[in-house]
Amino acid sequence: MNRKMVFYTCGRMLHLEAVLLLLPLVTALWYRESCAYPILITMAAAVLAGLLIMAVSKPKDTVIYSREGFVITALTWVMFSLIGALPFVISREIPSYTDAFFETVSGFTTTGASILTDVESMSRGLLMWRSFTHWVGGMGILVMVMAVAPMSTDRTIHIMRAEMPGPVVGKLVPRVRQTAKILYIIYFILTVLEIILLLAGGMSVFESMIYAFGTAGTGGFGCYADSMAGFSPYLQWVVTAFMFIFGINFNLYYLALIRRFKAVFSSEELWTYVGIVLLSVCAIALNIRGMYETAGEAVRNSAFQVMSIVSTSGFATADFNLWPDFSKTILVILMMIGACAGSTAGGLKVSRAVMLFKAVRRELKKMLHPRSVSSVKFEGKPLEDGTISGVSTYFAVYVAMIFAIFLLISFEPFDFETRFTSVLACFNNVGPGLGAVGPAGSFAGYSGFSKVVLSVAMLLGRLEIYPVLFALSPSVWTKKN
Amino acid sequence: MKIVIAGCGKIGSSVLASLAAEGHDVTAIDKKSEVISELTNVYDVMGVCGNAVDCDTLSEAGAGDSGLFVAMTESDELNMLSCFLAKKMGAKNTIARIRNPEYNDSSLSFLRQHLELSMAINPELRSAQELYNILKFPSALKIETFSRRNLEMIEFRLGDDSDLVGKNLLEIRKKYDAQFLICAVQRGEEVFIPNGLFRLEAGDKIGLTASLPEMQKLLKMLNSLQRQARKILILGGSKTAFYLAKMFESSGNSAKIIEQDEQRCTELASALSTSTVIHGNGAEQELLMEEGLGSCDAFVALTGMDEENILLGIFASQMNVPKTIVKINRDELVALAHKIGIDSVVSPKEITSNILVQYARALENSSGSAVETLYKIFDGKAEALEFRITGESRLTGVPLKEIKLKPNILLGGIMRGRKTVIPSGSDTILPGDRVVVISSNNRLGDILDILA
Repeated sequence: MNRKMVFYTCGRMLHLEAVLLLLPLVTALWYRESCAYPILITMAAAVLAGLLIMAVSKPKDTVIYSREGFVITALTWVMFSLIGALPFVISREIPSYTDAFFETVSGFTTTGASILTDVESMSRGLLMWRSFTHWVGGMGILVMVMAVAPMSTDRTIHIMRAEMPGPVVGKLVPRVRQTAKILYIIYFILTVLEIILLLAGGMSVFESMIYAFGTAGTGGFGCYADSMAGFSPYLQWVVTAFMFIFGINFNLYYLALIRRFKAVFSSEELWTYVGIVLLSVCAIALNIRGMYETAGEAVRNSAFQVMSIVSTSGFATADFNLWPDFSKTILVILMMIGACAGSTAGGLKVSRAVMLFKAVRRELKKMLHPRSVSSVKFEGKPLEDGTISGVSTYFAVYVAMIFAIFLLISFEPFDFETRFTSVLACFNNVGPGLGAVGPAGSFAGYSGFSKVVLSVAMLLGRLEIYPVLFALSPSVWTKKN
Repeated sequence: MKIVIAGCGKIGSSVLASLAAEGHDVTAIDKKSEVISELTNVYDVMGVCGNAVDCDTLSEAGAGDSGLFVAMTESDELNMLSCFLAKKMGAKNTIARIRNPEYNDSSLSFLRQHLELSMAINPELRSAQELYNILKFPSALKIETFSRRNLEMIEFRLGDDSDLVGKNLLEIRKKYDAQFLICAVQRGEEVFIPNGLFRLEAGDKIGLTASLPEMQKLLKMLNSLQRQARKILILGGSKTAFYLAKMFESSGNSAKIIEQDEQRCTELASALSTSTVIHGNGAEQELLMEEGLGSCDAFVALTGMDEENILLGIFASQMNVPKTIVKINRDELVALAHKIGIDSVVSPKEITSNILVQYARALENSSGSAVETLYKIFDGKAEALEFRITGESRLTGVPLKEIKLKPNILLGGIMRGRKTVIPSGSDTILPGDRVVVISSNNRLGDILDILA
């Protein structure tokens, strides 16, 4: 492996983190908070660490292959989280480094799982940083770098593929850099739109940014203990709508921009996503009707929670821990499915679920008619066997990973429901689970070891397993291949 | 510029690589998904898997708003049709590979006109032309001709006993009374654009510009002039072999072609007149000796297998054939062939890429004095370009010594009417001239790009 190029690229990435810290810094200075100093120190640390890494690993050969792409992605995310946790620790607002790391990983991976028991006591600068990590992690750290700075190699597609979620990652335009730019521009415009709509509903600038970042990255960090419950129905509807919007494949927005509407409206994944959402909203609304005074309220709460879970955001307007089991079960299923590939959401992705379903149907048909020949079609095109087996393998690994992590945290003194949904909520980057980690609870009760395990789970989920797995496997690091 | 390339076989993918390296936004179309995934992994391009004459595929690849559409599939007919469709969809320029000799006669201009092709490209014919040029002037490893044929650039390697070894360029210029200029030197992997104090060493490969008579004069003085090849032996009855034999016939010489496939032999024999076609396996050395390898002026290996070409090239050199040229398509093998002493190599891929790179650059700089001819020389590490000076500019009418050029740029020659000027500090460039520029590490699209 081209180790030097891997480290060199990661080193460069750290400089981006220093730049990103400018937003919380400005916020802290604006509100005259003392957390400005920890942020400044962290910025300096990021720049220095970056320079140091770049200095010791100047690559002779800039060629990278998919192996390097995976490792660069995994390492960058880990380094970003390690350094991004510093302001919380230095300012003593989250005294334990493990806790701060968990919180930062949760931010970058757009999980939104928190160890904080009292969000409202945090300084605004750090709250801004916490939510801003959602925004950056949503579309991707490396994709952002690709959009703003030319990379020293032509083969950046490997990095993009490692970071972008979904079974098949394609480009919108011939150049990776242009593709990254287009994605970020769409992302930025949608975020600004949401901020404007939230401001119109009476939120302050600070609040609207926090919630817009949380929605855009499908993260779920807020600035109040009751998440979104205290806001007006209008604001809740705006956030519901944007959670839906950010759960759609961004390629479709580009296709709409270049006026290829036919392609947008014939997207199988989009319609399946819409179908899943509508069905779940109706089912849950009927199920919880008795708990609310009006039907409108039931629908609003049902829609908000469903969108929040399926887009893997994790905001809440109601404590769904108190809902009937039927509703909770639907939410748990939605956690695993997630939203569309190519969006900022986590989970298995709708497209994978559809492909798996179709592949299973074909296999069953084959059992009945052993000689039958059929092809699995998705988005109107026949799927290659490679893609299908890739999706099946991914699903197998996904399930295996979930159980492995579930086993690792099984010593915790929580009930089965809490532990199992903690794993699902972290792995699928949702945030809140059920039981003690429900919307009203937090992950604070877990031990340090479990917090690290769950942090890894979040990274595995966000980067779709393989990059993290490869970065941890010694055979990838050997010089020979 | 947006470029769409349909068909990414050997030639297509090499064209794609050069155009992507030029900084164009390239989209590739191929019917094989493995090819597409391989290309998108290695180059920063977009891939569309599908049929190049399917309108949906073409529109998905954005053929309609492309600046240049290139069709390089296996089949001439597919290329013509897909260029036609792309043009109708709105592509500004279209280039099709058309290599069947039946289309390359008088019907070509009709086809081009009615299919609205900007260019029809025939890699085999171009390769044959390059081979023919070298065979006419076998002292050169390679010969690059510019538009009016009164200035050429030849590449040759300095042997240990060459008179030029150990001298710097000023001394060489003083010593030999001929109008020439050494413009580029390749030593090992590195390429230099030399100045007057640059000292030549044995084993250097040098690029030299001069008019043909001056070149002959110089080589005569250096005792390394070889006479034109008249009797040649061609191995492999490809289209290139056919075109080359045809050129030899029209200049009154004879060529002998050895081909394995009997039916192809019959086709060749009926299409050619004075050439001899031999049916047999050219890899058998016995057959080669029997057909007069020992007595021919030149041996040209044109089979479809690079390795076979190289091996038989080595064999021919050992048999003291005065000139051996081999066709090699894979870049990595070209470097290998140089290492084992096979210097004259023709690569259809490279020839085609050069033409397309030149065409794309000229399109981008169509306003000023755009590039008219472009050659990548010395394994693509340097370029020789020809520009036509259209009007007055900062370059014209000023003595060359007062013009500040970018580093690694050299004026190799000026063609003025029928006259060739090998430039010195006191010469000037005038409107209407054609100028040959040698450069490395620069990407020149317009003549004014050479100014610092």
